Amino acid sequence: MPKRTDLKKIMIVGSGPIVIGQACEFDYSGTQACKALRAEGYEVVLINSNPATIMTDPNLADRTYVEPITLDYAEEIIKRERPCALLSTVGGQTGLNLSIALAEAGVLEKYGVELLGAKVESIKKAEDRLLFKDAMRKIGLETPRSLLVNNVEAGVEFAAKWGYPVVLRPSFTLGGSGGGIAYNLEELEEVLQRGIDLSPVGEVLIEESVLGWKEFELEVMRDLADNCIIICSIENFDPMGVHTGDSITVAPAQTLTDREYQMMRDASLACLREIGVDTGGSNVQFGLNPKDGRMVIIEMNPRVSRSSALASKATGFPIAKIAAKLAVGYRLDEIKNDITRKTPACFEPTLDYVVVKIPRWQFEKFPGAEPVLGTQMKSVGEVMSIGRTFQQALSKAVRSLEAGKSSAKEVYDEALIPNRLITPNPDRLAYIRFAFQKGATVEEVQELTNIDPWFLRQFRDLIVLEQELQSETLAGITSGRMREAKRAGISDRWLARFWNTGIDAVRDRRKQLGVTAVFNRVDTCAAEFESFTPYLYSSYEGECEADPSDRKKVMILGSGPNRIGQGIEFDYACCHASFALQEFGRESIMVNCNPETVSTDYDTSDRLYFEPLTYEEVLNVVDREKPDGVIVQFGGQTPLTLALPLKAAGVPIIGTDPENIDLAEDRKRFGKLLDDLGIPSPPNGSATSLEQAVHIARGLGFPVLVRPSYVLGGRAMTIAYDEDTVERYMREAVVFSQERPVLIDRFLEDAIEVDVDALCDGERVLIAGIMEHIEEAGVHSGDSSCVLPPYSIGESELAVIRDYTEKLALALGVIGLMNVQYAIKDNQVYVLEVNPRASRTVPYVSKATGVPLPKIAVGLMLGKKLTDFAGLTGGRVTGVLPVPQFFVKSPVFPFNKFPGVDPALGPEMRSTGEVMGVGINFGEAFAKAQLSAGTPLPPNGTVFISVNDRNKADAVELGRRFAELGMEIVATRGTASALNAAGIPCRRVFKVNEGRPNAVDLLKAGSLQLVIYTSTGAHSFSDERAIRRTAVFYRVPCITTMSAARATVEAMASRKRDPIRVWSLQEIHEPARLAER
Amino acid sequence: MEKSILALEDGSVFEGRSFGARTVRSGEVVFNTSITGYQEIFTDPSYCGQIVVLTNPQIGNYGANGDDCESAQPFIEGLVVRDFAPVASNWRSEEDANRFLERNGVPIASGIDTRALVRKLRSGGVLRGVLSGDGGDPAKLVEMARSIPSMAGLDLATQVSTAKPYEWTESVKACSPSEQIGKTAEPGRHHVVAYDFGIKRNILRRLVQVGCRVTVIPALTPAEDVLALKPDGLFLSNGPGDPEPLEFQAGQVRQLVGKVPIFGICLGHQVLALALGGKTFKLKFGHRGANHPVLNYRTNRVEITSQNHGFAVDPDSLDAGKIELTHINLNDDTLEGFRHRSEPVFCVQYHPEAAPGPHDSRYLFDDFAAMIAENKKA
Repeated sequence: MPKRTDLKKIMIVGSGPIVIGQACEFDYSGTQACKALRAEGYEVVLINSNPATIMTDPNLADRTYVEPITLDYAEEIIKRERPCALLSTVGGQTGLNLSIALAEAGVLEKYGVELLGAKVESIKKAEDRLLFKDAMRKIGLETPRSLLVNNVEAGVEFAAKWGYPVVLRPSFTLGGSGGGIAYNLEELEEVLQRGIDLSPVGEVLIEESVLGWKEFELEVMRDLADNCIIICSIENFDPMGVHTGDSITVAPAQTLTDREYQMMRDASLACLREIGVDTGGSNVQFGLNPKDGRMVIIEMNPRVSRSSALASKATGFPIAKIAAKLAVGYRLDEIKNDITRKTPACFEPTLDYVVVKIPRWQFEKFPGAEPVLGTQMKSVGEVMSIGRTFQQALSKAVRSLEAGKSSAKEVYDEALIPNRLITPNPDRLAYIRFAFQKGATVEEVQELTNIDPWFLRQFRDLIVLEQELQSETLAGITSGRMREAKRAGISDRWLARFWNTGIDAVRDRRKQLGVTAVFNRVDTCAAEFESFTPYLYSSYEGECEADPSDRKKVMILGSGPNRIGQGIEFDYACCHASFALQEFGRESIMVNCNPETVSTDYDTSDRLYFEPLTYEEVLNVVDREKPDGVIVQFGGQTPLTLALPLKAAGVPIIGTDPENIDLAEDRKRFGKLLDDLGIPSPPNGSATSLEQAVHIARGLGFPVLVRPSYVLGGRAMTIAYDEDTVERYMREAVVFSQERPVLIDRFLEDAIEVDVDALCDGERVLIAGIMEHIEEAGVHSGDSSCVLPPYSIGESELAVIRDYTEKLALALGVIGLMNVQYAIKDNQVYVLEVNPRASRTVPYVSKATGVPLPKIAVGLMLGKKLTDFAGLTGGRVTGVLPVPQFFVKSPVFPFNKFPGVDPALGPEMRSTGEVMGVGINFGEAFAKAQLSAGTPLPPNGTVFISVNDRNKADAVELGRRFAELGMEIVATRGTASALNAAGIPCRRVFKVNEGRPNAVDLLKAGSLQLVIYTSTGAHSFSDERAIRRTAVFYRVPCITTMSAARATVEAMASRKRDPIRVWSLQEIHEPARLAER
Repeated sequence: MEKSILALEDGSVFEGRSFGARTVRSGEVVFNTSITGYQEIFTDPSYCGQIVVLTNPQIGNYGANGDDCESAQPFIEGLVVRDFAPVASNWRSEEDANRFLERNGVPIASGIDTRALVRKLRSGGVLRGVLSGDGGDPAKLVEMARSIPSMAGLDLATQVSTAKPYEWTESVKACSPSEQIGKTAEPGRHHVVAYDFGIKRNILRRLVQVGCRVTVIPALTPAEDVLALKPDGLFLSNGPGDPEPLEFQAGQVRQLVGKVPIFGICLGHQVLALALGGKTFKLKFGHRGANHPVLNYRTNRVEITSQNHGFAVDPDSLDAGKIELTHINLNDDTLEGFRHRSEPVFCVQYHPEAAPGPHDSRYLFDDFAAMIAENKKA
């Protein structure tokens, strides 16, 4: 069957903002699908609210709608675009949910849109736990005993019958949201109630526990002719009980005989056929009792998933791309394997290496959340590594995590070993290592963890080897022993530590002994056929397959695992850098270790090195490739920390000089630069001791902002209103800043914060965007909504900002991108921070202006000038790029995954993703952004207002607007008096500590639709926290700053006034309209 | 740490760590890309005369057990892997894989850059080699490798065949309470006589499962003796080595075509081709793995198949008027199966019995049973 010719235009649904459980793997799959369908000649219409994605780049689809992924907006797009079909299976759970909603609302039928991939009945059969169980029973597959309940009593009865622990899985939630394991009645009642509340259908599946069983996943594909293949088997290092997204996983499965593997393969295919996924990829999860091999099927996802992204990277088989082709009618045997070119895609990849994935968690950002792992996913990112053996892959994965803190600290408590091994937690691997170092046996560790003894034995042997190596010396080590260490994946850094020497000394000695890294290819076929795709990983084998070219080439260092503050935005910049390099005639070489990203797709760059972003591994690639330039300014902090050491090692870094990047981070030197330029910044100092910190803070006057040097995403940053806080901070923050001082700034309260992105070629400065924050200064810039163009800043202040930005860019010798953060207080503009590199906002600004910033930046780094890109910038080479409409970027927070955590915003970044709203007026854009962020503003109802004394006057104006919009108002005493005095009707309610009913009671009763609660600033009182937590739990928008409250009113007014309307990025930035501006 | 050495006829030498037996064995060096199923590979008689390189780097993980043996003992001459684990982590394991091979006299070289070795075999073709589990002088081992006979022209099938006929009645057993092994037909419905050229047990188990009583006979059994057994069907098994020297066997099969329904697998397929006037040739590095896509022309569907062969049938050598080509390998377009247009005869080059490998082609055993039933009716 060749591709279908009756389809012309196909709509793809993206997955929206990055949240825990649905991250940039869906940008990867969506991007692949867009590319594949366009390559087949189809017109592609895309809807995705996430501006940081590569898929929403105007050149990846014919029509790109950065609009809310909701029924109303999707229908509006369908009405305008009239697509022939909708591809539902590459946009994660969000994509599936929207597709079902469109089908059920009759929209697809009304506009004659065909659903491609999985049909509604199949999706339901896979997602509805009861239907799924019935379907599996029908084909003779077992599932754990279970019962679907909609009340706590029924759950209690089930547990009484079958015993504890029991597993709870709410229906239709993302990443197992709201699920958990209950070991006793008390936990059961709590978790079950929460699950029922969080499930959109109020249902929870209560299930027999298969805790401690082995866990496996198979990635399956099927075409319309019913050809089925397994792409990859994955075995979880962590047994059942930990969400697979939070498990360390290994590919291929290691501990199954062929009989058992084929049993699982047969079951996967039977499952796929019974569920009725016509075409595309699916993922099937199994639990296996290690005692007798009893197998249960846990779930199946009838779509491309996080695991399929991992499987694609692990095997070199591009699941999403092939899934898109199958959806339009191709058969698997009609598609060629890109890597071998000769053989068809209809085969099962085989691996001659081992792949290890380790998740990355950030519990430290959510004080109050217990760092334990269960059935609800908590990790924010992951790394993958490839090694010729499990030991090598595991060692590489651990260092890919860049968990600087744990490897530097390594303080473990022997007494904690049993607890840390029994209860899955982010430090479990480290504690297993520690236990082995202390002499624990494989059997002992297995008993506590239920981890398969084969994995444990491998890990223990690795640790024994490390201990043996510690008794060697740099001078005495033999080449055989050195090779053994490197083949086990042990890093030069560790060897240097063992032997009390420097990493360069180990490297030199290693080379002297002839032990150097080689590179092997990921080729889908274990070398059976020739590979034409340079997708490489390092090893210490005998033969190197890198086969570098003699072209002009530039290497890009990626951003490593996703984490809060360093996410998809940087991958966006890296990918664009790669595309630009290719366009400018350079070979592009990518180095990265994040399997979720587009940058680690083998066809994004000319050459891909799937490697940890460490000094050692990057130098290995440099030694082999000898690039003409290395780009460090696109991958966030990860490559920046490598910039100076790499430069010292003779690596040609292009763009802004690493010395100047360093200067901007160095408080003293940067302070002097600002003085020389006559640019003000908040009064500040730096301290290396507790006493010094208190002294400086006292001198500056409270409140002060304290933070370590070299941070991203505001890690460990706090606003201190008193000396106690400073002291406590210094005691706790030392962990993060051993070598570098703590920075202390006078904190500017109630200031407006502004982010500026600019391009500089060393002679001219072009400001790409001046973004006005909607939250005040003090809220981390990544956690604040912001708007392009600025809507309340005066022309004189904008002029000052332009002037400062130009001066700074030229003074720092910026070649490429720069980001500056300003605060405006009392008409005075202060510089808060300068980062001479690509920032988090680059994709957003690129989309709002229609100008590809990373591409121009790469051109500048290659020696071109801004004047060379006048064609892309509407002729502008200085000044500020125009913005044709209003674009609001809003953050998305994971608080619902961390119950009990205070959701108040502060200087520590905690959002995982972002969305963009587009409108003709500010209110419209903000309303759309809020809708996309999952916190839609209510059309009517009751608003609760409680503001501190400073804001009382503003509250009156606010109250008036709410009243005009027809909202009922309730307020606490002080605010109510102010409102009543101004003649605004409002009801009084108690504060939490005053009595009842109070705001928390009203929230629980469902009588509040909006909360405006500004903090008194100095302390976070418990009643404030209670209100915010309750609001998050009940999904009531909770606004904590006055500026955001004003924006909210604007947005609500727009929703009453403006129709539902959408614009594609292509029409917004149409050349004709660009010229008009 | 004891050293193992793999020496090849082209002069190259790979050194590793020794496991298994501390002996010196020689053979043709071939590679298999299956991720799972090392024990089935060790014990498949088709590997007689071959040193096997497994591309999956982690071997030995799940130990060894009696149920997964494809014959009474290992047939490989030696094992070459990247990382061998002398542990056994699996509820069915009875001993570790190291002990299993050691007590059967098979040397293991671990720590070898198997990828480099496979790349060499892929580009230059299979090579003769010597595997020493006990060190030694590499130069001498290379000399030895050059002196061993080439696989081409060797009749290994007769060597590994059973000396005496025997009955087989054991069916497929589930490996876990959850395994679905498929329907088991009424036992002993049909009497099948199976030529043993190196037959795998799972073929026998699958034949029993579809209702056959099987008499396994030596490779040199004359056609009249076969007919004397009054078979309802004849099966031609897999086996090692070059099919060309099996002139006697091909001659017997030629006499049996048309007299009894025939099903052949692997070497059995090649012998059948020779019997019908076809020719075989040696592949550069063979097909050994569990992921080969085979298109079934009759159903127009792709089966993922298990393969193990170094020779293949030349489709152009078959009489198109008499023979219908039924299966083709999508990787290299080689012939994977054919049937006789007028007689009840069909065969495949690959392994529908899997062990190891996918079960996509299990239907062929049902087809054989149905063909026998049909023939009985007629």
